[in-house]
Amino acid sequence: MTASDQARRAVLSRIRGALNVSGHERGRKQAVTGRLSRHPRGTIPARARGDRETLIETMTAMLQSQGAEITRVGMPEDAIRVIAEDLSAHGLPPDLRLGADPVLLALPWSTAPGLRLRIGRAEPQDRAGLSRAVTAAAETGTMVLTSGADNPTTLAFLPEAHFILVRASDVMGSYEETFDRLRGTYGEGRLPRMVNLISGPSRTADIEQTIIRGAHGPKRLHVLIVG
Amino acid sequence: MTDASPQDFKESASRALANAKLQRALTNVKRGFIVKRAKAKDKLPEFDQLRVEARAIKDHTLSHLDLYLEAYERKVVESGGHVHFAPTATDARDIVLKICRNAVARLVTKGKSMVSEEIGLNAHLEAAGIEVAETDLGEHIIQIRGEAPSHIIAPVIHLNKEEIAEDFVRFHRGLPSDRKLSTVPELVAEARAVLREKFIAADVGITGANLLIAETGSSVIVTNEGNGDLTQTLPKVHIVVASIEKIVPTLEDACTILRLLARSATGQDITTYTTFSTGPARAGDLNGPRDYHVVLLDNGRSEMLGGDFRAMLRCIRCGACLNHCPVYGTIGGHAYGSLYPGPMGAVLTPALYGIEHARDLPNASSFCGRCEEVCPMSIPLPSLMRKWRERDFELGDPPLSHRLALRLWALAATRPKLYRVLSGGIAKLLATLAGDGGLLTVLPFAGAWTDTRDLPAPQGKTFHALYREWTRSEQP
Repeated sequence: MTASDQARRAVLSRIRGALNVSGHERGRKQAVTGRLSRHPRGTIPARARGDRETLIETMTAMLQSQGAEITRVGMPEDAIRVIAEDLSAHGLPPDLRLGADPVLLALPWSTAPGLRLRIGRAEPQDRAGLSRAVTAAAETGTMVLTSGADNPTTLAFLPEAHFILVRASDVMGSYEETFDRLRGTYGEGRLPRMVNLISGPSRTADIEQTIIRGAHGPKRLHVLIVG
Repeated sequence: MTDASPQDFKESASRALANAKLQRALTNVKRGFIVKRAKAKDKLPEFDQLRVEARAIKDHTLSHLDLYLEAYERKVVESGGHVHFAPTATDARDIVLKICRNAVARLVTKGKSMVSEEIGLNAHLEAAGIEVAETDLGEHIIQIRGEAPSHIIAPVIHLNKEEIAEDFVRFHRGLPSDRKLSTVPELVAEARAVLREKFIAADVGITGANLLIAETGSSVIVTNEGNGDLTQTLPKVHIVVASIEKIVPTLEDACTILRLLARSATGQDITTYTTFSTGPARAGDLNGPRDYHVVLLDNGRSEMLGGDFRAMLRCIRCGACLNHCPVYGTIGGHAYGSLYPGPMGAVLTPALYGIEHARDLPNASSFCGRCEEVCPMSIPLPSLMRKWRERDFELGDPPLSHRLALRLWALAATRPKLYRVLSGGIAKLLATLAGDGGLLTVLPFAGAWTDTRDLPAPQGKTFHALYREWTRSEQP
C-alpha cells in the first residue's frame, strides 16, 4: 500500500470511527446515491420566477446594480454595432478577440467592416474580448459561461473590456435551471473544465471597503441581450 | 500563522485597544459589512428558509461524509484529476510541494485560501526555493507586510490606505519612488500591473475551495477580483487545497448555499465570479491546466465530527460572525493570535490546536448572541464557546482569583436567604454609588473593565424582589 493509499484510508477510517459507521450500511449508501442521482432542488426565490420579459427585467436591474452595462438589441447586427460603438467611445482600438462559438461566428460581422476579429484564446495584450453565455440566471443577473474552444476562459479575464452576448431565449430564472441546461449539454454529473458564473465587472473592496472596478479581470462588463 | 499566539490574547487585546490606527480602520467593519448584509437579507424574503435548508444540507452531508468524499473522488478521477488525502497539515504541504517539484515550478500564484494559511503553505514552498505570489489584493498586501490576515474574507481590514501606500513604495521595486499613491484606485491599479506579470509567468496555480461538489467532482471558488480565475486558468498545473467539510452533495445544494454565502459575507447578492472547475483542460480546450490536483485536508476535522463540535463543520467561512461581534469590532483579528479570529475562531482554534493553547479565546465573548443570529448555517457559536469554557475548567489550574470568586459565589448561591440579602444589598449599594446617571465609571477590583467603558448600575431592586412584586400584583 502506498503512502497516499494509507493517508486516504486513515482519513476515511477516522471519519467512520467518528460517525460510528462501517461505510457498508445499505441505508446510508442508498441515501447518498439517491440524492446524487435525484439532486432535489431547495427553495427557489420568487424573484427567479416569471415570464421571460419579467426575467430579463430582473436580470437587467441586477446587472446594472452590480456595475455592468447592459444593452438589449432586436437584431444581431445591432449587437455588432453596439460593440463597435462601445470600443470607440472608450478609446479602444477596433480589435475584438473571440472564440469559435458558432452563434458568434454566424453574426453578420461584415456590417461593421472597421472591426477586426481575432479568433482564439485571449492573449495578455488583447484589450477587448467577446464571449457567449450559453444561459443566464436572472435572479442575480448571472451569466453562465462554459470553457472550450468556443469560448476560451481567458476571454473573460485578461482583456480590460469584456462583452458577453446572451440570446433572450437562453435567459432562465434560477441557478438551478441553468445547471439543468448544462446537464442537457454535458450529461448528468458532468461539467466542462470551467463553468464561470459572472455577475459584473471585476472589483475589489479590500482597501478600506472602497469598491474599485477592474481589480484583476475586466474593468468593464457589457452584456448584450439579443432578441 | 500569526506572530502572536492565542496564549497572548490579553496583552494583544490591550495593545489593539490602544492602537489608534487600528481603531480607525475597524470602523470600516461596521460601516460596510453590517449594513450591507442587512440590506441584502431584506431583499431576499426566502433568506431564513434557505438557512434552514442549508443547515440540513450540511448536517446530512456530515453524517454521510465518508461516502460523499468517495463519490467526489470518483468524479474527480473520472474527469482526469487527482485527489490526495492529507491527514495533517504537514502531509498537505508536503503533497503540494511534491506536485510543484514534479512540475519544476519556480513561481506559484495563489488565490485566497484560508486552508493554505492553516497549513503554512507559503513558508514551506519558499523554503524549498519556490516563489509564491498571493494574488488576491488583500492577501498580496498581507504577504508583502509579512503579516497574517486579520479577517477571513477581508484580510487587510485592519489597515488604512496610507499604510498600504508605504508598503507598495517599499516592496514594488523598479517604479519611481515619488509616484502618486494617495488614492485607493491608484493602489489597485499598481497591484493589478504588478500581479498581472505574476499570473502570466506562473507555473502552478493554487486555489482554495468554498465548496466541493460530489455530484460532479467540481471545486467552487467565489471571488470579486477574478484573481482566482486567472490563477487556475493560466498555469499548467492547478492545485486545489480544501478541507474535507467543504463538500456538498449536488449542484442544487451548492445553489442553496451560494444564495446565503455572499449575502452573509459582503452583503452582495452574489460575488462577481463564482467558478466551478472540474478536472484539467479537455481535448480542444485552448486554456486551462494540464494537471488538476485536489488536496483534501483533515487536520482535526474528523475528530470534531465525532464530538461536541460537529456543528462547527457547517461553517462556510462567510465572516458574518466576525463582522457582528462586538469583541472583534473592538480589537480586530490579530489580537486573537489565531488565523481564525472572532466567534468562529474561538470555537475552531481550540478544536484544531487544543484548548490548552487557546484558553482565552472562548472567554473573549460578551455572549450577546449576535454571531449565532447572523450565522447562515445556524451554528450555535455561544453554546459551543461555553462548551470550550467547561473543557478549559476541567483542565484544572484556573487562577487563584477565579477559584476564590467561584467559591464565594457557590457559598451564596446555595443559600437562598443569604443570596437574597447579599444581592439586595449590593444592588442598592451600586445604585446609590451610580447616582442619577445610572452608570458606574469606577469599580473596585474591576478597574480594567471600567477603564474603557461604564457599567450600567442596577436600578435598586433585585430580580427576586421584582418577581415577588409582580406575582403579588398578578394574583388576586
